[in-house]
Amino acid sequence: MKGKLVASIEEAIRLCGLKDGMTVSFHHHLRDGDQVLPMVMAKIEELGFHDITVSASSIHGSHGCLADMIKSKVVTGIDTNFIHKCVGTTISEGYLETPAIFRTHGNRPHALATGEAHIDIAFIAASAADCQGNMNGVDGPSAFGPMGYAFADAQFADKVVVITDYLVDYPLTPISIDERYVDYVVKVDSIGDTSGIASGITTISKDPIGLKIAKTAVQVFENSGYFEDGFVYQTGGGRTSLATTKFLKEAMDRRGVHGACILGGINGLFIDLLEQGYFNKIVDTQCFDLKAVESLKNDVRHQEIACGHYADMCAKSCVAAHLTTVMLGATEIDTEFNVNIHTDSNGLIMGGSGGHTDIAYGAKLTVIVTPLLRQRRAAVLDRVGTKSTMGDTIDVLVTQRGIAVNPKHQGLRERLLDAGLPVKDIHELRKMARDLTGEPKPVAFTDKVVAKVYGYDGKLNDVIYQSKG
Amino acid sequence: MRRTMLFMPGSKPGNLLNGDVYGADSIIIDLEDAVALAEKDSARILTKHAMRTFHYDCELIIRINSLTTPFWQADLDAVIPEKPDVIMPTKIYTADDIRTIDAYITEIEKAHGMEAGGVKLLPLLETAASIEHAFEIATASPRMVGLYLGAMDLALDMKATRTHEGYDIAYARSRLVIAARAAGIDALDTPYTWDIHDNDGLAEETRMVKNMGFNGKACIYPGQVEVVNDIFSPTKERYEWALAIVKGAEEAEAQGKGVVAVNGELVDGPVIIIARNTVAEYEKINGVHRS
Repeated sequence: MKGKLVASIEEAIRLCGLKDGMTVSFHHHLRDGDQVLPMVMAKIEELGFHDITVSASSIHGSHGCLADMIKSKVVTGIDTNFIHKCVGTTISEGYLETPAIFRTHGNRPHALATGEAHIDIAFIAASAADCQGNMNGVDGPSAFGPMGYAFADAQFADKVVVITDYLVDYPLTPISIDERYVDYVVKVDSIGDTSGIASGITTISKDPIGLKIAKTAVQVFENSGYFEDGFVYQTGGGRTSLATTKFLKEAMDRRGVHGACILGGINGLFIDLLEQGYFNKIVDTQCFDLKAVESLKNDVRHQEIACGHYADMCAKSCVAAHLTTVMLGATEIDTEFNVNIHTDSNGLIMGGSGGHTDIAYGAKLTVIVTPLLRQRRAAVLDRVGTKSTMGDTIDVLVTQRGIAVNPKHQGLRERLLDAGLPVKDIHELRKMARDLTGEPKPVAFTDKVVAKVYGYDGKLNDVIYQSKG
Repeated sequence: MRRTMLFMPGSKPGNLLNGDVYGADSIIIDLEDAVALAEKDSARILTKHAMRTFHYDCELIIRINSLTTPFWQADLDAVIPEKPDVIMPTKIYTADDIRTIDAYITEIEKAHGMEAGGVKLLPLLETAASIEHAFEIATASPRMVGLYLGAMDLALDMKATRTHEGYDIAYARSRLVIAARAAGIDALDTPYTWDIHDNDGLAEETRMVKNMGFNGKACIYPGQVEVVNDIFSPTKERYEWALAIVKGAEEAEAQGKGVVAVNGELVDGPVIIIARNTVAEYEKINGVHRS
């Protein structure tokens, strides 16, 4: 058996033949606790490489080192689904040599499969691995759950390096990604801090506005005509989206409706729904807390899937295409129902689609939950700063001051009105918001494109310009 | 209709912005206990601007500081020109206190060319003296629209200990309801403060005070509003029962009959009045318009 275990990240980099101009990839399952991307990139910088493109499924708060590497031209390209503001601000300021590429969670594996995107070397953090590179995310001291985002990297990268802090005897079981794809294995002291995988939202919100919006959103689902046995459910990771689980349970009790499946991003709130018998299964690409990790490890009803299986809308089929409803947040939404989750009110990059755009397209009923105002800014606008998710995939907007239904769904609008829900025209909600906040001074940009935003279908949704500051 | 009156501090812009979205029949912007001494001025200014800027979709009540403080006149100077629906005076002892406030409001109304008497009064009875003078207070001014029981300060004044069962305020509750009813105005109960997330305890207490004759109950947390509203609202079944009686009474009247029979049972006068009230209440809450 040919040995794949190498002594260090540096040796793996050398053996993989990294050169200036290449693309290296990472997954984000350890989220804010990830130490693998910083560790590998620090070594790449130390070895004197330049002009590297980082293809990361998401860039989180633990990846702030990339900001300096962008300024020093070690990193000149970014291909990702989400960028935390600690790096996003640097990109918005125009430091990145080439425009950052934003894909969706579902379109990233598709682009890798078709060759539209390419990875030279994938560095894959695994919480457990054996010497041949069989790996999973559920064993070991740094267990983070499913390895959904890493499947495509393993499958399509030219070279694959597994980095683990828990090396076990061959063969590891269970296996998420197997040895056929792996070139080298590196044992390190730690791949990260698993407390950082928690999104911080693992209990039901007590914010009265958020609760009111969440309750109304569930009433929308309940009266939409889609609320029946066998439904498939997903929420975003925001506080209000997650709070819908509380009211969903009550509605399921009231109407005696039973769910087939929860799709996620999963945390303990969803595990409770599974364990209490509200749903039959959980299908999962990433865990947001350790309770979910434990569930994936121990409950056969909780299934890990690859990201492409989750949400590649160009595949023959995917789980997201079976969604009945999704409850999603928005930084901004406009009167054409376009949603921005990429840029803040100053036009600076601070997020990304993740799976938002995919599941909005896939679900039969896509509900956006957002307060009418965020701080002193209107969340309902004439035009969003960035079109992350296109308005034709959004069905309903729920705010604390009313519901707006996309005009393409007159039947749904009538059903919600018949149920006594406070349905309004979205322009009316826009006016309410504007009356409260006034019209802010427009944000100033240069002509330089700093990022391109692609949709679930790989088509360009929008571009982001350099901030004038 | 005042099934629910939701409190919010006059010093919190976020609360003022969203006060009316929770479904309370009234909101009470508080300039008194919820506002720290150092913030009295800023809360007053903020409240005044909130009243000018926001268009609340429910009754607006302003709770002012008591006559024993140096703030009550400044509170009224600031808010009366913005035409609140109701002023809630605090620490009332006698009917003279109401007359003093009434007179001051009248001065402000005149100074601003407002209709005299347009702003109503709903005082907080939270002293032993005010309970003893409840009927005189209830009839002290044509502005009076209700009496509201303040349990915490009342218990303090009585040297009583607050109990979950409400033994300490049982007499005060009864006395206040009788006085309000005798004066033809609303009786409003003190908020449930034991645990703002204990909806079961809230519901139990609300059912009790509804049975005692209260019109509604104050709320100190938005999550309480729905629970209290539900209990103070007629159910559909109750509405249908009442509607049958009202229709029976209308038919009997049209036919010149003195006796009303519904589903084979005789119905007497008080039941018809209750039925009419129930029908009116349900239709107002649910926006039902009978032809």
